[in-house]
Parts: sequence; C-alpha cells; structure tokens
Amino acid sequence: MIVKLIDFLYNRLKLVIRLGLVVLVLVVLWDVLLLDKEGYAYTAAEKLPGFWSIFGFIACVLIILVSKLFGRLGIMTREDYYDE
Amino acid sequence: MMSDFWLHPALIMILGALVLPFVRGAGRRPFLLVVPLIAFAAVLQMQEGIHGIFYFMDWQLTFGRVDRLSLVFAYIMTLMCIIGTIYGLHVENEYEHQAAWLYVAGALGVIFAGDFLVLFLFWELMAFSSVFLIWFRGQARSLAIGYRYLLVHTAGGLALLAGFVLHYQATGDLSFNQFDVANPTFAIYLIMIGFILNAAVPPLHSWLPEAYSEATVSGAVFMSAFTTKTTVYALARGFAGMEILIPLGVFMAIYGVVYAMLENDARRLLAYHVISQVGYMVAGVGIGTQMAINGVCAHAFANILNKGLLFMGVGSVLYMTGKAKFTELGGLYKKMPLALVFTLIGGLSISGFPLLSGFVSKSMIVAAGFDAHLYWAAFLLTLASTGTFLCLGLKALYLIWFGKNNCSEETWNKATDPPLHMHLAMGLAAFFCILIGVYTPYLYQMLPYPVDFAPYTAYHLAKTIQVLLFTALGFFLLIDQLTPKPTISLDLDWFYRRGGQLFLWLATKPIQAVDTAVNNAYRTWGLIPLMIVSRFWSWFDWHIIDGVVDGLARTVRWCGDWSRRLQAGQMQANIFSTVFVMTVLLILYVLAS
Repeated sequence: MIVKLIDFLYNRLKLVIRLGLVVLVLVVLWDVLLLDKEGYAYTAAEKLPGFWSIFGFIACVLIILVSKLFGRLGIMTREDYYDE
Repeated sequence: MMSDFWLHPALIMILGALVLPFVRGAGRRPFLLVVPLIAFAAVLQMQEGIHGIFYFMDWQLTFGRVDRLSLVFAYIMTLMCIIGTIYGLHVENEYEHQAAWLYVAGALGVIFAGDFLVLFLFWELMAFSSVFLIWFRGQARSLAIGYRYLLVHTAGGLALLAGFVLHYQATGDLSFNQFDVANPTFAIYLIMIGFILNAAVPPLHSWLPEAYSEATVSGAVFMSAFTTKTTVYALARGFAGMEILIPLGVFMAIYGVVYAMLENDARRLLAYHVISQVGYMVAGVGIGTQMAINGVCAHAFANILNKGLLFMGVGSVLYMTGKAKFTELGGLYKKMPLALVFTLIGGLSISGFPLLSGFVSKSMIVAAGFDAHLYWAAFLLTLASTGTFLCLGLKALYLIWFGKNNCSEETWNKATDPPLHMHLAMGLAAFFCILIGVYTPYLYQMLPYPVDFAPYTAYHLAKTIQVLLFTALGFFLLIDQLTPKPTISLDLDWFYRRGGQLFLWLATKPIQAVDTAVNNAYRTWGLIPLMIVSRFWSWFDWHIIDGVVDGLARTVRWCGDWSRRLQAGQMQANIFSTVFVMTVLLILYVLAS
C-alpha cells in the first residue's frame, strides 16, 4: 500500500511539485495577510512579511554551501585515511 | 540497613543482568521483557524524597535522591530500556544484553545519586559497560575503537574525580547539588569538563560519532539515549545558569549539523546529529531559567525517543542489508516501506513538525532564549533546527529510501522489512513521538517546574511551517550538491589517532633501536659469564634439588594453570570480570551494611 502510494506520486511528479509550490505560496500568504504577530514576535525583524520563510530558505542554503566549502578545505578525505 | 524500603531501579537492572545468562531457551524472551518493565514500574510508583542512605567510612552515601528532575529522566530512561530491549530481542549473545542493562543501571544510578561518590561509581559503570556494545560488533576495527572510547572516557572520568576531590577538600561537602556558577572555582571547572566530555561538547566530542556509528545495531540504540542524556541531567542538576554553556551549546548545535551534512555513513550522520541536539540542551542549561530547564528536560525526553527511533530505522537497514553508507544504498522504499514510515516519523519529530514531539520540546528552549533576550542564541538555534530537517528529514531519508539506487544486487535482494520485534519497538517509539506532540500535558506534567508555555499558537505554527517548508525548497533546489561521496570527515580525533600513530612510530623506531643496542651489549658482556654460572647451577639443580622440588612444582603448576584461565591476558575479559566483581561487591556491601 505504502509502495503503491509512493509510486502513484512518483508517476505524477510534475503535479506534486506544482502542488508543493502552491502550498509554499499559501503559507507565505498566511504569514503576510492573516497572522497576528503582536505579542508573539520578540524582535522587529520577525514582523517583516514572510520573515520566517526567508529565514528558512537562507538558513538551508547557507548550511549546505558552508558545510560543502568546509568539507572541501581538506576535512573530507578518503575512507582508508587512518589505515596506513 | 536501608533507611526505608526503596527499590533502586538500577538494582533491578543489575540483578536482571546477573541472572540473565542462566535463563535460557523459551524463558529468555519473556525475561528480557519483564526486567525492564519491573524497573519502569519501580520508577512509576516512586515517591519523592531521599532514599537509600548508607554510611561508608566517614561519608554518607545517597543512592536515591528522588525529585521531579530525577524522576522525569528516570521515567524516560527506563521506558527507552524497554523499547531498546524489544528492538534487540533477536540478539543471541546474552552478554550483549547484560552490557546494555548494566549500562542502563549506570545511567539510573547517576540520575538518583545524591553525592559525588555514588555518582562517580555509576558514571564509570556506564563507560565500562557501554564499551562492550562496541566490542560485540566483532569487526576487525571494533577493538581499537572500543579502546579509544574507553581511554577518552577514562580521561573524562579522571577530570571528574579530580574535581570532586578538590571540591570536597575545599568545602568538606560531598553532596551533589547546584554549584555556585556565579563564582566557579577550579574544582567546579574540572567537574564541568568531566561532564561536557560525556555530553560530547566540542572539542571533547569526537569519541561520539566514532563509537555510535560502530556499535552493534541495537547497541547504538542504547548508546544514543543514555550517555549524553544522563550527562544533560547532571548538567541541569549542577550547572543551571553557567553562562559559558550557552555559546558552547549553540556552537555544538551548528557543528553537529555541518558534519552531518558531509557524512556518507548514515549512522555516523545520526551520531553527529546527536551532538547537535545535545547542543540545544547544553545551551538550555546555560540559560538556566525555569522555562529553559523545563525545555532541557522536555527535549531530552523527546530526543531519546525520536533519535532512538531514527537509530532503530537506520539500524534495521543495516541489520537487513549489512550496509549503512549512502553510496551503497538508495531507492529502498520498494523493499523496506514500513521501516521508511517509522524512520520518517522519527525524522519529522526531531525536525519539530507540528503534532510531533520536537515541536513541543525544542521550541521551549528556543523560546527560553528569546525570553532571556539572548536573541543571537535563539536565532542560531533556529538556524540549526533547519539543519536538523535538512540532514535527517530530507538528506538521510532521501538517500536511503529514494534517490539514486546505489544498491548492489546482493544488497537489494537482502533488503526486506525487518523482523516483527523491530517493528514493534519502532512502533512504540513512534507512538510516544506522536503522543507527546498531540497531547502536551503528558510530557508537560512531568517537567520539574510548572509549565507556562503554549506551543500551539498560530504564530508558532506559521513560523515552524514556513521555516521547514522553505528548508525543503532549498534542499530540492540544491540537491545536486548532496550527491553522496565515499569519504570520511576528519575531526578532532585526528590528534589522538595520528598522535597515537606517532607514539607507535617512536616506540618501534628510535626506542626499539636503543633497546636492540642494550640487548647486544648485554649479550656480549652479560650473557657469557652468566652461562657458566648457570651451567653449574643446572648440575646442582639436576642432582640435588629436583627430588625435593618435584612435588612442590606440581602444586605450583596447578595454581598457575588455574590463574591463567582466570586471567587470559585479554583486556576485555579482565574489564568484564572486574566490573562484574565490583558490582557484586557493591551489592553485597549495600545489603550487608
């Protein structure tokens, strides 16, 4: 059953991606239009429209790129490094 | 005598471990279930107060300090022991179960310890029993990894002991309570170093990824839960408000995520991520407000379950296929769908999706940070939480169950959903992940302080959903960056691993050369005269003494044989028998006094 569901979604990948993008837009609209931030937001920055969407996206890109860069500095090495 | 009747759950686990080898055949599995259940029941019916006081020389030893802080940790530890034991029911080696249970006993002993002596005793029991969960993996490299683990923990234990002794000397007090963190002495710093080594705070962390990724399949489930979280308890007990822990914890939270992103071995990824999660707890202890300590307890509770679930899910892949590297896995949703569902629940829980455990626990620490106006810490911890979703919810799941299929034909054929008891254990953990997320009073009522925190507000929901979904967007846009590569990542263990090799080189090359030179000189100047003398003695011995000695020699040889069998020169066997004898002696002493 689980396998069938996943295959079903895989076969309609384009549709799934479009639906995902629609959800993203809806979530941002929720933040911008409907959300009451008074009394909850601790800082002024959080009151910017869609702040946490931007934060999540930038954080994700930063973590991927910075860790890749860090790995290329020589931290990532061959598997038998300690064997000699 | 005991001051009142109070059954220490650690005693139940130790006795269970001692009896276990004698329970064979059909009784084994029920026995494996019953003992952790009794320990759990003992915690459930426990009353707050001070129990189990004994006197040893001039000191008063407290085995049972029961309050809300120790109870919530004991509750989750014994619960996890039930789940972990069910997960490991397939393990035939009774000594592995024994090691796991003694390890749990060590954790429970630390949690209820009221003074440094008892704490130290159980602290070492944890280290010396958990190392067997690495050795029982039985790979060529397991032995070396176990010794490194032991050496690091012994070093930490020594710092702790030195701290205790100095603290005792300065204050004359052995009881373990909140330290004066505003004016820390050298002794308090030493104790803190001993603690944060066990909590894997950088730069004292690199034992953890190595040990947890190389332990047995079910051993890693135990290890992920007990050592670091017991230490979090100890930190929360003694170091609430110690400000240096805030930057250390925040750094850890990010450090663990960065290494998890680089990792090719799924269990090592999870292990690095343990560091990241413990970072939240360490930072929470540093913040030290009532809300922060509540958050620390809640997050430790939730994390033991969802991280345990992840180790079980990935462990089941390793158990079935023999592989844990992303470069050797992929596309497994067709073969292991149920393991996927459970691991997904674990991954989403730990990432803090609404209705799951991380949402109600992690957010408490972050909110405590905002409340204390530590904005930089709160924002960086939120950033680290996007990393959690990125490396667990997305990267690990995607590369094992979806993505490019890197399985060899053999791996692919071996992969099926794991045995029933593994599903049962994962199902139990998943149930609690959902229960905590859906019904908040379950966890919140156990926390040490009254809870003034409502996770399900529109603002918190919107914030969390935005952060998580846009992390997912970033992941799918940059997915090419995350193609797994067959590499390892250098970490600070480089210093002692390469340092060890340098020492070995010194020992084999220069020191060996000196040794050879001395030997040669001795052979020329020492040996020849000696030979002449010895020839005389040989004659004397042959003709005169032999008759007398023969009888004696037979007795000596018998004794030698007997002690040789006892002490085969294998360190592991020695450690095992020593720990065992120590434990038995302790019980005898306690019962006799």
